Amino acid sequence: MDNLKQSSNPETEELTGAEIFTRCLVEEGATTVFGYPGGAVLHIYDELHKQKEVDHILVRHEQGAAHAAEGFAKSTGKVGVVLVTSGPGATNAVTGIADAYMDSVPLVVFTGQVRTALIGNDAFQEVDTVGITRPCVKHNILVKKVEDLPLAIKRAFHIAGTGRPGPVVVDIPKDVTEQSMVFSYPQDPDMRSYQPTIDGHAGQIKRAAKLIAKAERPIIYSGGGVISSNAHEELTEFTRLTGFPITNTLMGLGAYPGTDPQFIQMLGMHGSYEANMAMHHSDVLIAVGARFDDRITGRLDGFCPYAKVIHIDVDPSSISKNFRAHVPVVGDARKVLRALTDELRDGKYTIPDVSAWWGQIGEWAKKDSFAYQQDMDGEIKPQYVLDQLYKQTDGDAFVTSDVGQHQMWVAQLYKFTQPRRWINSGGLGTMGFGLPAAMGVQLAHPDAQVCCVTGEASIQMCIQELSTCRQYGLPIKIINLNNRYMGMVRQWQDFFYDSRYAMSYMDALPDFVKLAESYGHVGMKIEKPKDVEPALREILSLKDRLVFADFVTDPRENVFPMIAPGAAHNEMILS
Amino acid sequence: MRRILAVLLENEAGSLSRVANLFSARGINIESLAVTPTPDETLSRMTIVTFGDDRVLEQITKQLHKLVDVVTVVDMTGQNHVEREMALIKLRLRDEGCVDDLQRVNKVYRGRIADVSALCYTSEVVGTSEEIDAYLAAMAEHEVVEVVRSGPLGIARGEQMLSIRQNE
Ligand SMILES: Cc1cc2nc3c(=O)[nH]c(=O)nc-3n(C[C@H](O)[C@H](O)[C@H](O)COP(=O)(O)OP(=O)(O)OC[C@H]3O[C@@H](n4cnc5c(N)ncnc54)[C@H](O)[C@@H]3O)c2cc1C
Ligand SMILES: Cc1ncc(C[n+]2csc(CCOP(=O)(O)OP(=O)(O)O)c2C)c(N)n1
Ligand SMILES: [Mg+2]
Repeated sequence: MDNLKQSSNPETEELTGAEIFTRCLVEEGATTVFGYPGGAVLHIYDELHKQKEVDHILVRHEQGAAHAAEGFAKSTGKVGVVLVTSGPGATNAVTGIADAYMDSVPLVVFTGQVRTALIGNDAFQEVDTVGITRPCVKHNILVKKVEDLPLAIKRAFHIAGTGRPGPVVVDIPKDVTEQSMVFSYPQDPDMRSYQPTIDGHAGQIKRAAKLIAKAERPIIYSGGGVISSNAHEELTEFTRLTGFPITNTLMGLGAYPGTDPQFIQMLGMHGSYEANMAMHHSDVLIAVGARFDDRITGRLDGFCPYAKVIHIDVDPSSISKNFRAHVPVVGDARKVLRALTDELRDGKYTIPDVSAWWGQIGEWAKKDSFAYQQDMDGEIKPQYVLDQLYKQTDGDAFVTSDVGQHQMWVAQLYKFTQPRRWINSGGLGTMGFGLPAAMGVQLAHPDAQVCCVTGEASIQMCIQELSTCRQYGLPIKIINLNNRYMGMVRQWQDFFYDSRYAMSYMDALPDFVKLAESYGHVGMKIEKPKDVEPALREILSLKDRLVFADFVTDPRENVFPMIAPGAAHNEMILS
Repeated sequence: MRRILAVLLENEAGSLSRVANLFSARGINIESLAVTPTPDETLSRMTIVTFGDDRVLEQITKQLHKLVDVVTVVDMTGQNHVEREMALIKLRLRDEGCVDDLQRVNKVYRGRIADVSALCYTSEVVGTSEEIDAYLAAMAEHEVVEVVRSGPLGIARGEQMLSIRQNE
């Protein structure tokens, strides 16, 4: 068969839709696919089985496939690829697709569909995938005939990976995968209706520079867009040149070195006192690739009351959506930051002296708002585990997390110095994200130290992926901060519901050690503060094994500071 | 405030639902929407009427533009433009002697009788939405049994044209 193909003429040789599918993936350099088979995609699976260029990773639930592809994409900057069957395969993937949409993660999700002749007939395993996913994709495409398949795939990768990245769903009916045609891959996605603006407007950049030169209390507020644009070096250069304080969103951590003195920590609901106070009192706010989420702004009419806002974003709809920008600059963060830095260096401007402002920020920083106390004879503080993890990994690990208190503590305590090292779910806040995302990261970086920080509630939402980790030998280190509570829910109940813990308690937890062992992994339970350090040393030294480390932590610990929903930045709860 | 938007988009299955979805997902009502293919059959043109303040409109325009199928979005509200809506109005006259009445109103509003039966007249009226409202008000003493309105269509006055390159 192989010989036959080689000898035939590629100009006239007909390929089936399924063969074309794998060829297109190779053309796109998309050689890792996360997926799960089923009737509608069996032709494709058969093709995948026959070739060697594309690796297929078999997950245990389609949600896991989507999150794994997100982890892969976020940690590499490439487009993540998912392949699932029609009906339940597609619906199971929806949570991951919505997650990627909220956090602007480039994914191409291929979903099988029933035969074109059956569409609309309530056929077996038919759902209107394009309809279901429409509100949570950047774009989606139903391919109706094989002739449309190559261009649909070309466009899907192009749309997913350019401008503001996001998920694209390509829905492929089964008969399309068996029809055949002479294959050629289009070089150009040929789309008149999709042309993201990349270069910032020169006039706007000048206006921004003028405003910067007059600032007395400036602050740089950067987010996930700096990471998707690979603009970390440009951001660092700009920040150093100006000498301004910088804060990052949860999604932007690592774009500026977390250990640098100009970095005043994360801002927002659980951000540092100094970052939020500096936001509140600033007179010039330079927002880059950040979308003024309500976890950042708190009450809008109390947000940054004195600031003139420069907002750099590739997506015009992010600008002035929640908060009015005075100097909007539409464009790619990297290009715009470079142009702005060049403009400021031009000699026409003097960089303002902001030492008095730094003095004020220094005062705020004295609150040391992320501080905690570890009593070595008491219960393990979750922060202590993360502090130790940070030290023992030299701040250099890839860290994924689930959603809850543990997520906030990583964000506060692990000082990321590089982009694409911190992988979490911010916009949708999807419990169950952490473990499958870590699989994607580990597959993309086989030799790297990959840690998944999770909670006993979150981990159970995609725990089945322990089996995938076993199959592919992924040596992920699971740091389970087990407080026996849905801690983040309990925290809100403490603050806003007089500590009535409605359903935030987890009774009947599994024995995580045995659970890990039954999947063929190493399980460990750590109960005393003095054991944390040596246990982590051992965990991290087990290079080839997945270790599930169950840290039994203080069930009453809460995340501080906190800006209550609807409060302003200067109304923080500190302890 | 009332807004009128002109949108050019790819003439593809699903394009209309993307637009409709966008409004509902953002909690904004579509007052009316008219859509047909343009002479270039690869494109459709929509006229959308909606309500909102400047902020809402800025956001909805940007969101429309962000849809991958959408080629051009123009807010015609503040621009000099021609607007026409068509209505088909089925009436039962108070008594037969009132046909003069109907014809008089038709003359004022450039309406015409499109259909007639033993009991009903159907008139066809083309004008601005206000003119159609006024026509209906003028016929209020008769029994208006059914009204169907197209929603406004809009086009810029003078040499200005809605083109593929408008938003570049
Ligand atoms: C339990 C919990 C608590 C949270 N608490 C906090 C908190 O205290 N603080 C906090 O910050 N967040 C917090 N979040 C996260 C929050 O919900 C948002 O997800 C986050 O603030 C959004 O980050 P961002 O503004 O960087 O936007 P992102 O979602 O990362 O969006 C990126 C922005 O950059 C733009 N962009 C993309 N690519 C480019 C490019 N190439 N060039 C220019 N621009 C580009 C996009 O258009 C978009 O506007 C919390 C989440 C959870 C689940
Ligand atoms: C899928 C999903 N369901 C519900 C929630 C709401 N929620 C946010 S945090 C949280 C509790 C998480 O508990 P755990 O994983 O133990 O983490 P902890 O807060 O205790 O560190 C819940 C239920 C969510 N974010 N995602
Ligand atoms: Mg918990």
